[in-house]
Amino acid sequence: MMKGDPMSETIEDVSALIVNKLLANPKVPRDINGSSKIVEDLAFDSLAVMNFVMEIEDEMDVSVPLDRLADIRTVDDLATCIVSLKNGG
Amino acid sequence: MSIFDKFRTVEQRLALLTAGGGRNPFDVMIERPVSSTVGIIEGRETLLFGTNNYLGLSQSQRAIDAAIDAVRARGVGTTGSRIANGTQSVHRELEQRIASFFGQKHCMVFSTGYQANLGMISTLAGKDDYLILDADSHASIYDASRLGHAQVIRFKHNDPDDLHKRLRRLEGTPGAKLVVVEGIYSMTGNVAPLKEMAAIKRETGATLLVDEAHSFGVLGPTGRGVAEAEGVEADVDFIVGTFSKSLGTVGGYCVSNHDEIDLVRLQCRPYMFTASLPPEVIAATMAALDDMVAQPELRTQLSQNAAQFHAGLKGLGLNVSQQVSPVVAVTLETVEEAIALWNRLLDLGLYVNLSLPPATPDHRPLLRCSVMASHTSAQIARAVEIFAEAGASLG
Repeated sequence: MMKGDPMSETIEDVSALIVNKLLANPKVPRDINGSSKIVEDLAFDSLAVMNFVMEIEDEMDVSVPLDRLADIRTVDDLATCIVSLKNGG
Repeated sequence: MSIFDKFRTVEQRLALLTAGGGRNPFDVMIERPVSSTVGIIEGRETLLFGTNNYLGLSQSQRAIDAAIDAVRARGVGTTGSRIANGTQSVHRELEQRIASFFGQKHCMVFSTGYQANLGMISTLAGKDDYLILDADSHASIYDASRLGHAQVIRFKHNDPDDLHKRLRRLEGTPGAKLVVVEGIYSMTGNVAPLKEMAAIKRETGATLLVDEAHSFGVLGPTGRGVAEAEGVEADVDFIVGTFSKSLGTVGGYCVSNHDEIDLVRLQCRPYMFTASLPPEVIAATMAALDDMVAQPELRTQLSQNAAQFHAGLKGLGLNVSQQVSPVVAVTLETVEEAIALWNRLLDLGLYVNLSLPPATPDHRPLLRCSVMASHTSAQIARAVEIFAEAGASLG
């Protein structure tokens, strides 16, 4: 997959990328997947969520407006949001 | 299910902070100030190194006299909003004085600095606009982003390249882009690279708002803040600030050359739906501004004091802010260590602010100190000594 190429990025791809990025943090439980809840399962507070999303934004070359974060609970939700933003939504 | 269930987490966190007999850091009482630099805390004289009173003007005799005269002449309050019965001649006069000090056409005065940010940012950035914030923005800026209806995007703290990247991603999208930065960041003392930010603003056509709350009276040849110091005032569309730091009173302002400011007054809820500043506060604020203008040496002294304190703490091997400014933040690794040190400093007669995550930028606690022009060199040396003693006693 080419970084930043919207045509080749599926929700599954982005979700896998997010999980990999999360696993780079040793404090994150090892058994996370797309259904993991970012706040409850990963024990992220609001600032940690915003800072983590910033890392993903860099990776995906997209900006996620803060109001969109309110609707995001799971890793898959975040992946869906990013793919939608990359497709202009 | 109780309405208070959601407070249990904060209750538990507070219990941890005070475990072992430590103080509640959010409940410190300065029984009375002895001077701008010394207050009575727990019955004894304590050096104040955490009051944001950068020029020491909270105790200005000129401001005290002006407040007394105003209260005798006008009473203690206005009992109304600026757009109803809450505008007296002194409110207009203060707005003209602040606008003239900044060399700008317009000024709106708010009842607090918090409301100035809340009001200006939430009103300027509308539903179809983008609000682009530094990641380490003050709570008033984040709260403004929630009160307003714009799409909110954060960029990395003090990183012009990241700001540029995020504005580039928005190229071609409809809606105005309002970039918000602070002159000096309140928690860390970091100074914004405003020259680079202003260049990006010019290139991208964004609108720029700078919150000079902690830099007004502190930086720039005449104390107008970072925009003046960096020579980019012409690029800043809106400068927001407060009277509660360098001028020692309370209240907020926004200055601008945009004539539409008078329309903002009619849309800005934190300006419209609150009581205006009482006349004695206005009088004291104008007198403190007179003091500030008449004594540029206060700024020079402040800068020297900041350098002495910063070097002193650095000399102890503490992890202090990289940039020297009147806000000197000591970063610690654990909350337990920060609480123990903060308690010990206060035991030894030194008051600083304890700042805990998530209110700090990177999940590490801070002992946030602020220096004043009115601190003597001996007081600063003593404060550094107290840090050394406290550190030694805690190992």
